[in-house]
Amino acid sequence: MTLAEGVQLVTFGLLTAMTLGGALGVVLLDNIVYSAFLLGGVFTSMSGLYILLNAGFVAAAQVLVYVGAVSVLILFGIMLVNKEQAYVPMKRAWLGKTATGGVCVGLFALLTASTLNTPWAISSQVPTGDMATVTIGIHFFTDYLLPFELASVLLLIALIGAIVLARREFIPDVAPGEPASEALQLPERPRELVSSVSGSEADS
Amino acid sequence: MQLEYFLLTAAALFCIGIYGLVNSRNVIRVLMSIELMLNAVNLNLMAFSNYLDPVGINGQVFAVFVISIAAAEAAVGLAIVLSIYRNRDTVDMEQFNLLKW
Repeated sequence: MTLAEGVQLVTFGLLTAMTLGGALGVVLLDNIVYSAFLLGGVFTSMSGLYILLNAGFVAAAQVLVYVGAVSVLILFGIMLVNKEQAYVPMKRAWLGKTATGGVCVGLFALLTASTLNTPWAISSQVPTGDMATVTIGIHFFTDYLLPFELASVLLLIALIGAIVLARREFIPDVAPGEPASEALQLPERPRELVSSVSGSEADS
Repeated sequence: MQLEYFLLTAAALFCIGIYGLVNSRNVIRVLMSIELMLNAVNLNLMAFSNYLDPVGINGQVFAVFVISIAAAEAAVGLAIVLSIYRNRDTVDMEQFNLLKW
């Protein structure tokens, strides 16, 4: 084993430990804020694994989209929705947990067996490395042109759909002095209503 | 470094994601588990792309598509969570039984 292979193996071991440990923390920790930050750690170590797989462009996209956008979005969701809530314990919850754990372990065993028993046709060509960005661009504008355009349309649809789903139906006009009625208050944390008109306009 | 290591990592990550998806009571945690599963699929695609198709790298193109779809999914999912939270005033999965019976 050469030095480069040893460094690769150690890096892979560290990144895998970080990924799987973070994922277990995301699933098992009680505090959801810790889970969200650990999810950011999982995404970061996944981008490290991508770099190990000679894919710099996708690693950068992973950091930009997942760590920069999705983690922040989830943190904002937690801040908007965070409610101290004691979950009512379910009857026979251990049964579901045990069954799911059994199914997951079984699925992992199945995947492991099929992975180890398949004769993979490992290619002996040299990976493109940093030229991958150019190759991905060529793919996008030749043989994957239609999916590329469809993805942009889908992102636009998701943008508009998210706004339509999450926006408030109407913004109540409340004069600054009088208390807002209970029906108009949002269930999110900050319970102050921001009036849509300023004070001088409301008086006139 | 072998292909199998990456595939086993991805399989473990996917199984952890399934466990969290089924057993979480908090809706946000369910969304996080879905992101974990999407990342496991991405890792599979990247590993295949590097070891089986190192010049064509179709797998990386697919991974970029999956990343963009996952971003759209997270945005719409959180919007749905926010709107259902306004209606039901809870984030407990066990109390979202609108479509159950």
